[in-house]
Amino acid sequence: MNSLTEFAMSLTANVRPTFHNRWLPAAAMALALAAHADNWTQWRGPLGNGVAPDVSLPSQLNAQSIAWAADLPGRGLSSPIIVGERVFLSATSGAKQDRLHVLCFSLADGSLRWERQFWATGRTMTHEKIGGAAPTPTSDGERIFALYSSNDCVALDLDGNLVWFRGLGRDYPNASNSLGMSSSLVVAEGVLVAQVENDSESFTAGLDAKTGENRWKLDRPKKANWTSPSLFKGDGGKTLVALQSSKGLAAVDVRTGAVVWNYGEGASTVPSTTIADGKLFVPSNGLTVLEPGAGETPKQVWRSPQLRPGTSSPLVLGGKVFALNDGGILSCGDTADGKRLWQLRLKGPFSSTPVAAGGFLYCVNEKGLLQVVDPGLPEGGVVSELDLGQEVLGTPSVAGGSLLVRSDRKLWRIGRPSAL
Amino acid sequence: MNPRFLQCLLAGSVLLPLVGAEALPDNLREPVSVLRSIRPEGRGNVAAAVAWKKLAAAEARNLPALLAAMDGANDYALNWLRSAIETVADRNRAALAGAVPELARFLADTVHSPRARFLAFELLSQADSARAATLLPGFLNDPGNELRRAAVQQLSEGASAKAKAGEKAAAVTDFQKALAAAREADQIEGIAKQLTELGEKVDLQKTFGWVTRWKVIGPFDNAGGAGFERAFAPEQGVDFAAEVEGMKGRVAWRDFESKSDYGLVDFNQPFTSLKSVTGYAAAEFWSDSARPVELRLGCKNGWKVWLNGKFLFARDEYHRGVEIDQYRLAAQLQPGRNVILVKCLQNEQTEDWTKEWEFQLRVTDVQGTPIVSTK
Repeated sequence: MNSLTEFAMSLTANVRPTFHNRWLPAAAMALALAAHADNWTQWRGPLGNGVAPDVSLPSQLNAQSIAWAADLPGRGLSSPIIVGERVFLSATSGAKQDRLHVLCFSLADGSLRWERQFWATGRTMTHEKIGGAAPTPTSDGERIFALYSSNDCVALDLDGNLVWFRGLGRDYPNASNSLGMSSSLVVAEGVLVAQVENDSESFTAGLDAKTGENRWKLDRPKKANWTSPSLFKGDGGKTLVALQSSKGLAAVDVRTGAVVWNYGEGASTVPSTTIADGKLFVPSNGLTVLEPGAGETPKQVWRSPQLRPGTSSPLVLGGKVFALNDGGILSCGDTADGKRLWQLRLKGPFSSTPVAAGGFLYCVNEKGLLQVVDPGLPEGGVVSELDLGQEVLGTPSVAGGSLLVRSDRKLWRIGRPSAL
Repeated sequence: MNPRFLQCLLAGSVLLPLVGAEALPDNLREPVSVLRSIRPEGRGNVAAAVAWKKLAAAEARNLPALLAAMDGANDYALNWLRSAIETVADRNRAALAGAVPELARFLADTVHSPRARFLAFELLSQADSARAATLLPGFLNDPGNELRRAAVQQLSEGASAKAKAGEKAAAVTDFQKALAAAREADQIEGIAKQLTELGEKVDLQKTFGWVTRWKVIGPFDNAGGAGFERAFAPEQGVDFAAEVEGMKGRVAWRDFESKSDYGLVDFNQPFTSLKSVTGYAAAEFWSDSARPVELRLGCKNGWKVWLNGKFLFARDEYHRGVEIDQYRLAAQLQPGRNVILVKCLQNEQTEDWTKEWEFQLRVTDVQGTPIVSTK
């Protein structure tokens, strides 16, 4: 187990799944309890890199692979997060997308356990494609935290009881982006990190996970930014959060908001940094790999203009790094030196980031076509497809031996029927 | 003054009713007070979390009182209260039907917060959807936008059905009624489109109530975005007779009247397509009385707005998008002559989608009803 895995485990160690849905049939409950209740507590999973450790998913998907599909009351491209047997999802509805939803479904059968709604207090205008529920929620195992494009942030316990509410767009009235905000949340050491970076009142806040009050608030580059923060362990075991922006990347102490080091060679404002094997794979000048050390400046391991991700963020699996562009070209590189090994044309276009489980990549395009890629083949290869028939812009999640994928109208659980 | 409102005033700073179905039992008064005391930056969150649990444990018969507690609450408190009310309703689903008469009474009383009334309508709909449907047409001119919107939608859908059935005259009558009631841009545009398809002329400029007669001056510099913070001559005082130093010599105010359906004040017309520049537009706006209004702005450039020399708001975002009523600025008109000043900045970007150097502005009440200059 590497240090990042240990770190991820520590984030979820206190999760004690509870299960008391009185509406769920007893047989389904028994089945659900028997299922492996792994957690997927943030965008791109517990490790924050899209890889589901020690999980096997079917590589041959077809219509029978859909365990259930639940209707959604609102739009969104946030990913579902899973804590125990509960699937949490954010959505927005209304003509102005100003009704904010937090939904809790049963992982076992897709039934709605509870729903809470809030009124946006910040601006809700977005590009049609982004919508109000773009940031993925996160959980510390006791609470779930949901952030919206309006910069409203909600903390609820797992049963839907309100713990706190913040209107960051109300508190800081020029903190908004007319195209929409999409940075997902991360939480560590009792601090929830909300990256609220835009052309005007641009900042990242560390909020107390228990109270929602500001622990710290850091001024950030005044430039629209749709990337999400990533957690990693720094020198001396400090938990750091990587804040990517047009300027580059800042490593910030999650407890204090102090900037530990800066990488200043510019970075994309759309795909986010992926952390794997103790290195940071930064969408910067193509793809740049940084290795933080004891010093203030991270070492640049390599840089590859050929491994340039589009909207999707990079994925690292088994000594290979994958960059998917918007059109559907999947480029595979060697994590050791950045040398491009092969390219595979998938059916695009893509907005979501692939996830990996059981050695396969699961890539869903904007048309809702889920493509399973075997990266172990000499030039990579698509081994199966499943057409969900609806536009999908959000990244899939993995839990309970299955994938969870959402559109504006549906949430699907996809996996091996016998294992669900 | 509404007697219930007077009662609220007498109840002190928390403004809660003391008697009737909307009177809170003693054990809920303090937690409501705590939630209503929530302030920006999460101040009060810790106490609110404790208070919320007490409210969420309330009974269904307390719902009207909890809804009434939303009256006059700030946006943070509204969300805390909403969440508690939803939790009470979820836990007492079976008892909700018994609360319908009280919810209907609450809904009918327009002194209550529009949001509280809409939530009451949603709860009532969950308990008795048939009754809710019969109430909806009565909200066509409701002071609450959400209820009004729902009623406009219902009327428009009926009009569409009539149009499809060939009942043109009836459809036109209903669409016109819906258009008069509509306050939100998407509904106004949608209804106007259908009326146009039926051969009816719709004056969009008048319907939205844009300020169309302006005087403009420019260009001034905005190299590197520095013009945003720099106070050029118009910010020192609007004098339409003055000639001042611009970016390329002396400049003077000139008339500009927007002919656009959407009231666009397009600086590219008088000044040609320029980059890294600043322009100003000023309009006289006459009012019979002092009154609170909203200045509603749509702009994809950097901007600042003043009313009668008082700074209202500014934003330095460029070319991320524009929509009607994108920014709502609370302001106070004075009786007689008012002067609206808009600073509109163009940056250095050269892409096709960065050509626009323009804004649109209207004066409305809080609900979006246009207020026009009396002269």
